[in-house]
Amino acid sequence: MKFGVVVFPGSNCDADCYHVIKHVAQQNVEYIWHKQDDVKGFDALILPGGFSYGDYLRTGAIARFSPIMPAVIEFAQRGGPVIGICNGFQILLEAGLLPGAMLRNRSLTFICDTVNLRVNRADTMFTNQYVKDQVLQIPIAHGEGNYYCDGETLKRLQDKQQIIFTYCDTEGRETAEVNPNGSVANIAGIINERGNVLGMMPHPERRSEPILGGSDGLDIFLSMIEWRQGVSMR
Amino acid sequence: MLQANIYVTLKKEVLDPQGEAVSRSLQVLGYQGVQEVRIGKFIQIILDSDDPEAASRQLEEMSDKLLANPVIEDFRVEIVAGE
Repeated sequence: MKFGVVVFPGSNCDADCYHVIKHVAQQNVEYIWHKQDDVKGFDALILPGGFSYGDYLRTGAIARFSPIMPAVIEFAQRGGPVIGICNGFQILLEAGLLPGAMLRNRSLTFICDTVNLRVNRADTMFTNQYVKDQVLQIPIAHGEGNYYCDGETLKRLQDKQQIIFTYCDTEGRETAEVNPNGSVANIAGIINERGNVLGMMPHPERRSEPILGGSDGLDIFLSMIEWRQGVSMR
Repeated sequence: MLQANIYVTLKKEVLDPQGEAVSRSLQVLGYQGVQEVRIGKFIQIILDSDDPEAASRQLEEMSDKLLANPVIEDFRVEIVAGE
C-alpha cells in the first residue's frame, strides 16, 4: 500500500508520519510537496500536523488553496482514504471535506498533553483494529482544537455516527472536566458521511511505538492497511 | 484605486474566549460597565478598480471564499475611499 504525506510550508509532523508508515507499519510512502497537482499512484493520503502558512488568517485557511488541494479533494470524492491530523484536520475543515470549524482553545493556551480518547466505532476503515468503546492514550498539541459546529450539524454527525473519537476519562466517560479545549460534545475526531475522510486533533503518529510511550495510535494506520487488503481481495 | 475595509467577526452564537478574557481584564482594570467584548479582524485592501459596484461584488466573493469562514464568522465590506 502506498501512502502519500502532503507537505505544506510549515508542516512539522510530516517526517513523523513518514517514519511510522515506512519503518513501523512497513508500507510504501512518499512525500507530496504542496505545489504538485496530482496524487496519481497513491492509495491513501495523510495531511500532517504543523502550522501550514504560519496559521495566518485562520488555521488551514491558506493551505486549503494550495495547488495540491484540488487533487486531494478529488481523491477524497472518489472514495480514497484521507486522514488529516491536527493541522491536517483544520485544512480538511477549511476545504469543506468535513463539516464544522476550529476555534481557539477555551483556555486560550496551547495545550501539549496526552489525553484519553474513546473509539466510538470500530467498523470504519480507520478504526477496524480497535474494539468499540476502547480507550486510547494519544497526545494532543494544539492552540486551536476547539471543534465547533451548529446544533443541526452536530445532530447530523450523531445520527450518522460520524463522531469517531471523543475526549473521555480513563473509564470512557465524556465529561466536561476531560474536554481539553472546549470542543462541542467532546469531539476529537470525525469522519465524513461516506467514511473515507477522517480528521482528528490528537496525533496517532506520536504514539505508534513502545519507545514513545505506547502504540495506541498505530492501529489507525494498520486499520487503513487492513481495509486496503480487504478491498484488493474483493 | 479603491480602498476597502473588511470586518470579520465571530457569529453571535459562537463563543469568543478571547473576548471573554479581555472583558474580564477590563473589569479588573476598573471598567465596571463593560458588558461584553467580541474580538474580530480588520482587513484593509487596496484594489485596482474604479468601479465600486464591481469591486464590492469581488470583495464579497473574496471574503466568502478566503477572508472569513462562513461556518463561524460574519463579515462586512465597506468601501471607504477612491483616489
